[in-house]
Amino acid sequence: MSGFQTEMSRRQLLTMIGTAAGSAAMYNAMTSLGFAQESPYSGPINLEGDPNGASVLVLGAGLAGMTAALELRNAGYTVQILEYREKAGGRCWTLRGGDKYVELGGFEQDVKFAEGNYINPGPWRIPHHHYGVLDYCKRLGVKLEPFMQVNYNAYLHRTDAFDGKPQRFREIDADYRGHVSELLAKVVDQNGLDEVVTAEDAQLLLDSLKTYGVLDDNYAYVKSEDTSEFRGWEKDPGGGVDGKPVPSETLSMSDILQSRLWSNLVTGSSIDHQGTMFQPVGGMDMIAQGFEKVVGDLITYNAKVTKIDQSDSGVTVTYVDSNGTEGEMTASADYCICTIPFSILGQIEHNFSGPMTGIINSMPYAGSIKFGLEFKRRFWEQDEHIYGGISYTNLPISQISYPSNDYFSDGPGVLLGGYSWGATAYQFNALPPEERVAKAVEYGAQIHPQYTEEFSNGVSVSWHRVPWVLGCYGLWSDKEAQYATAAAMDGRTLMAGEHISYLPAWQEGAILSALDAITRLHAHVVGA
Amino acid sequence: MKSFKFAVAAAVALMASPVIAQSDADMMFEDPGMLTQTDGEDIYNAICSGCHMPEGQGAVGAGMYPALADNPNLEYPGYAIYLILHGQKAMPALGGVLSDEQIAAVVGYIRTSFGNDYADEVSVQEVTDTR
Repeated sequence: MSGFQTEMSRRQLLTMIGTAAGSAAMYNAMTSLGFAQESPYSGPINLEGDPNGASVLVLGAGLAGMTAALELRNAGYTVQILEYREKAGGRCWTLRGGDKYVELGGFEQDVKFAEGNYINPGPWRIPHHHYGVLDYCKRLGVKLEPFMQVNYNAYLHRTDAFDGKPQRFREIDADYRGHVSELLAKVVDQNGLDEVVTAEDAQLLLDSLKTYGVLDDNYAYVKSEDTSEFRGWEKDPGGGVDGKPVPSETLSMSDILQSRLWSNLVTGSSIDHQGTMFQPVGGMDMIAQGFEKVVGDLITYNAKVTKIDQSDSGVTVTYVDSNGTEGEMTASADYCICTIPFSILGQIEHNFSGPMTGIINSMPYAGSIKFGLEFKRRFWEQDEHIYGGISYTNLPISQISYPSNDYFSDGPGVLLGGYSWGATAYQFNALPPEERVAKAVEYGAQIHPQYTEEFSNGVSVSWHRVPWVLGCYGLWSDKEAQYATAAAMDGRTLMAGEHISYLPAWQEGAILSALDAITRLHAHVVGA
Repeated sequence: MKSFKFAVAAAVALMASPVIAQSDADMMFEDPGMLTQTDGEDIYNAICSGCHMPEGQGAVGAGMYPALADNPNLEYPGYAIYLILHGQKAMPALGGVLSDEQIAAVVGYIRTSFGNDYADEVSVQEVTDTR
């Protein structure tokens, strides 16, 4: 009872704070009262103290490198960035019509998407709680729009489920919940939970199951108007004479369980995928372009680093032209922020410490593949009323994602035609690009027969063949044992990037690691 | 427009009939957790060639994948076996997606292809012992 009283007064207190001092103050109050979780990102970085003209060489113009460069320059450092590619962004990357992508081995792909269409081969969605990415988007003027993660009208598909006929997410979701709730209600009713649930809680449990599972007054999950409101109708409600709807049959518990389609029911419920998710308007590389507008003048492009030499007084980096023209160049600075993926760093001559070297040499990068397939019309909208969202399948493509923008447009549209890992990704990686795309079209046609008629052109990005990463994200051999050493200052260098974070493969990891690295660098420089 | 349709039709036709050389295209993607090819050349073409390239020539970008062609490191199969099982630097450990038999088969293939001529047998037992 006293707890209840305390909660009332907390709420009253918070309301007073919120009204008087604004939402930021309320948030801070909530934090100190233990309600809200503090995010690792607490607002724009503020590096106080004069670096006295110290210089920093940033290796890599991905998000980690550009974040570091932007904030270091703001704090008074002299900054130079060396980048292997001809453009900024690293894995923050978008392919559009007119782009040519050459993967390792010299396999060329000319992207033929219609104007305005694109595919994000790397990061493609931003979680609501990636405050660093979201804040930089705001600061850099990158417009964001919602990314549809869960669409109840999208499909769950397995070749061995329901004779390979794709099922609407909505039906599997409603029926799984309904049947499981009905089963549990039976257990409660038969006193099967008497040992674990109090009588009062048992009644509440029954009430909650009735709501959650859409059970009838007998706690049964049955075909009805009520359940059709969730799983869909046999005949949709309409207007006029013939408007009365017809409820749909439910699927049996056994059919649903044996289908294994339940395996993707909560994919969108993890914190990284909970709504609201975001994507930049026009492509993920809008973030890269936003950074490049600010720090582009610091970047030397087409610079392939071949040597990193640390001394007591500074760092000298040797580089050559990425396109292979002759001639070594050097760049020097007092300090270095190195965002080069360890897959590549392990092949660069350097004099990092023994332990750091061991860690660099132990980190391969994961293989992964994405497909951007353009179709002559948005058949998924026009024929199947799927607007954004993702269908899941056990086919080698793993999933199909529908664009979260330009809904209802008449022209060609691009699907993410597949996104896979592991043994599947290795095998796609070994195929020539045009064969990969042909396979993705063949597989996708099993879910959307319109593929065959409507397919126009496609592109695939297989991350083990991306020349400037050699994989998708860093795989630690023993993160527990190695992480502290990898994150620590080594001579005059600090490592940064998604690999030096607990948000692997997320842009937030790259940004937060860069902010942390420069915070420590600055503390070292100003002797704080 | 016409050439696109032709290219697409050709690619789709390629998939419809198993014309992809001797590699069992129909063994691709059989298992999301493992490779299922059994022949050394098929295994090479299903995974190794992805990085080391179809003729074992390797590739160079910001980093590089070494050539397996004319590679003296293949003289002793133990080195290749160890690398495939446990990885090294940018090369991932592949012991989780390949069986002992598959590794023995593909090492045997690499050692007798791409200008390499190490014809002594690669035993499955050596792979098992190296795990």
